Amino acid sequence: MLKIENLHARVEGKEILKGLSLTVNPGEVHAIMGPNGAGKSTLGNVLSGRDGYEVTAGSVTYNGVDLLALEPEARAAAGVFLAFQYPVEIPGVNNTYFLRTAFNAQRKARGETELDSMQFLKLVREKLKVMQISDELMHRAVNEGFSGGEKKRNEIFQMAVLEPKLAILDETDSGLDIDALKQVSEGVNALRSPERSFLVVTHYQRLLDYIVPDFVHVLADGRIVESGDKTLAHKLEEHGYAWLAQHGEPAGAQA
Amino acid sequence: MTSERSDHMLGDTGATVLRDNAEVAEALGRSYSAGFVTEIESTGLPPGLSEETVRQISAIKREPEWMTEWRLKAFRHWLTMPQPDWAKLKMAPQDYQAISYYSAPKVAPKSLDEVDPALLETYEKLGVPLHERAALAGVAVDAVFDSVSVGTTFRKQLADAGVLFCSMSEAIREYPELVQKYLGSVVPPGDNFFAALNSAVFSDGSFVFIPKGVRCPMELSTYFRINAQNTGQFERTLIVAEEGAHVSYLEGCTAPRRDENQLHAAVVELVALEKAQIKYSTVQNWYPGDENGVGGVYNLVTKRGDCRGADSKISWTQVETGSAITWKYPSVILRGDRSVGEFHSVALTHHFQQADTGTKMIHIGRDTKSKIVSKGISAGRSNNSYRGLVKVEKGAEGARNYTQCDSLLIGKRCGAHTFPYMEVKNPSAIVEHEATTSKISDDQLFYCRSRGIGEEDAVSMIVDGFCKQVFRELPMEFAVEAKKLLEVSLEGAVG
Repeated sequence: MLKIENLHARVEGKEILKGLSLTVNPGEVHAIMGPNGAGKSTLGNVLSGRDGYEVTAGSVTYNGVDLLALEPEARAAAGVFLAFQYPVEIPGVNNTYFLRTAFNAQRKARGETELDSMQFLKLVREKLKVMQISDELMHRAVNEGFSGGEKKRNEIFQMAVLEPKLAILDETDSGLDIDALKQVSEGVNALRSPERSFLVVTHYQRLLDYIVPDFVHVLADGRIVESGDKTLAHKLEEHGYAWLAQHGEPAGAQA
Repeated sequence: MTSERSDHMLGDTGATVLRDNAEVAEALGRSYSAGFVTEIESTGLPPGLSEETVRQISAIKREPEWMTEWRLKAFRHWLTMPQPDWAKLKMAPQDYQAISYYSAPKVAPKSLDEVDPALLETYEKLGVPLHERAALAGVAVDAVFDSVSVGTTFRKQLADAGVLFCSMSEAIREYPELVQKYLGSVVPPGDNFFAALNSAVFSDGSFVFIPKGVRCPMELSTYFRINAQNTGQFERTLIVAEEGAHVSYLEGCTAPRRDENQLHAAVVELVALEKAQIKYSTVQNWYPGDENGVGGVYNLVTKRGDCRGADSKISWTQVETGSAITWKYPSVILRGDRSVGEFHSVALTHHFQQADTGTKMIHIGRDTKSKIVSKGISAGRSNNSYRGLVKVEKGAEGARNYTQCDSLLIGKRCGAHTFPYMEVKNPSAIVEHEATTSKISDDQLFYCRSRGIGEEDAVSMIVDGFCKQVFRELPMEFAVEAKKLLEVSLEGAVG
């Protein structure tokens, strides 16, 4: 479903990704771990098409198409979803209205019929039940005045409604206490399916106790330096990222 | 942007013929009433401003002597005044002798085929129905026929309720005692440079009088009178609500009429007696100039309301998207005890537009309250300033003001400025001011796009959210159109 080959990307002239390769098949959950500054967030941003991230070499193929050639909104319509590390506030824009606009824009782009507000409301109610989110959140403005946990849950809720094929979770665990972490993870787990793949980007292993990955990759200095199953995460937790420098390929190696 | 009223609808003859072409007049089965009219129709007044010009305007409008004198007094005062330069506006010096103060009618297009395609495209985007588009574009015949019927039914209903709603010219002739009593009582002829100029040469405007205890049965709107093909440069509007009367007045229409007039100096006066309420809503979209800052209207307007009686209320709601330059401070004088003044504003500037707008709340009576919500949106290379005065006089025991002033920037080359002035002379007063400046950030845009929402839709969604507090104050249809108008005005603002 997703094939990243030798990806190089620059931000403000500085090379961050230095030859990253990764293959994700339908239904798989891949965790990307790594120290600060390794390029974890850059990967999510490049995949979802944020401005300011310049791809200098390599390719990303998503379900047979060149993902990098698509505008961010086209990637969304094609089923790519980024759960933000820091979801932004959009004052005065009702959360439900925002989500319906997004939902219908995607459907329209795919040539599907749009839902009217009654039909959409019904859908939202169903999803709210699954996500255990109070509908009070839906009456507020997008992320405005939300607590950290509410923002992250709102991201997962958007994901539940938009039903992407590839979900990228960018440090979804950051800033969450243990209860909020559990709730968010339960939301994610409820969305796991044989057709939906996840890229779970995290700094800490503890998220992976709740969202159990099929594969764990270690990203250091712009490249994947180690891959394994979920036990790799535990090793990292135990030894720290410094351990990699001795154990794996030296960080900062020529790309 | 009070639109110049059409005299057709109201069955007037004299001034009508001046403004409309012969074809329309014939179509309506009217005849020219006076010889000089025909002559003026073809020429208008030549450019220039003198006592003679003022007398001519007054004569054309067949005004009584007192009105002519009123105008002349204003004119003489105007001569002594310098043009104000305190606003944060860059304005080319005006040559007041180069302007024609009573222009001959423009030749109206005969069919929609003759109308500027760009204008039609905008109507299309705004979703204005076809027959209205014709009216708005100033296509003469249909528009006139349409409006005559609308105007008549509408006028009968109002008359039954005792409401007077007519052109200022007509009011001067028909209701001289009311006009003499109230005209200039809120904005005196010598109030400021542009108000003085307006007082001397105003061409027309609206007059509304709601008698004691009457709630106006409908929203009054200049929309119904939009067919005047030649919108005036100097309008004068006066609205009086007697004890306990209520009225809601909508100024302007939401489709962008292109008026190439360079200078537009209107005066609006509102008078609310005891327990009266006046709600005045404006959607202003004069021609803003092109994307290079060429052309566009200078909109220099004095609007003021006087809460003359106890427990009265005046609220201004404005959505300003047009004009090259906006200089406008709708104000409320809170004279009556417990009177309430409100100002809700959205001002959007794009390209090279400049807006210096805000309000004045003058607390004189006891326990008076005012609320100001100002939302400024700047895009392109435009400059948007909020300038507001909250003044609490000595006797205004228990006065209360809340001001919220938010600016939204789109892009890197625009500016937002806030100039709040406060003068508080009573220690029991509570005056609050909150101000924020934000940008439509790349983060917000990317967030929307990553969810599948295209860039332009994302911008209008964010702007709409920013303006929500003000849009809520607008009558429903107006709010919908105001929202669309912002979308159209912001086209190309990003990217």
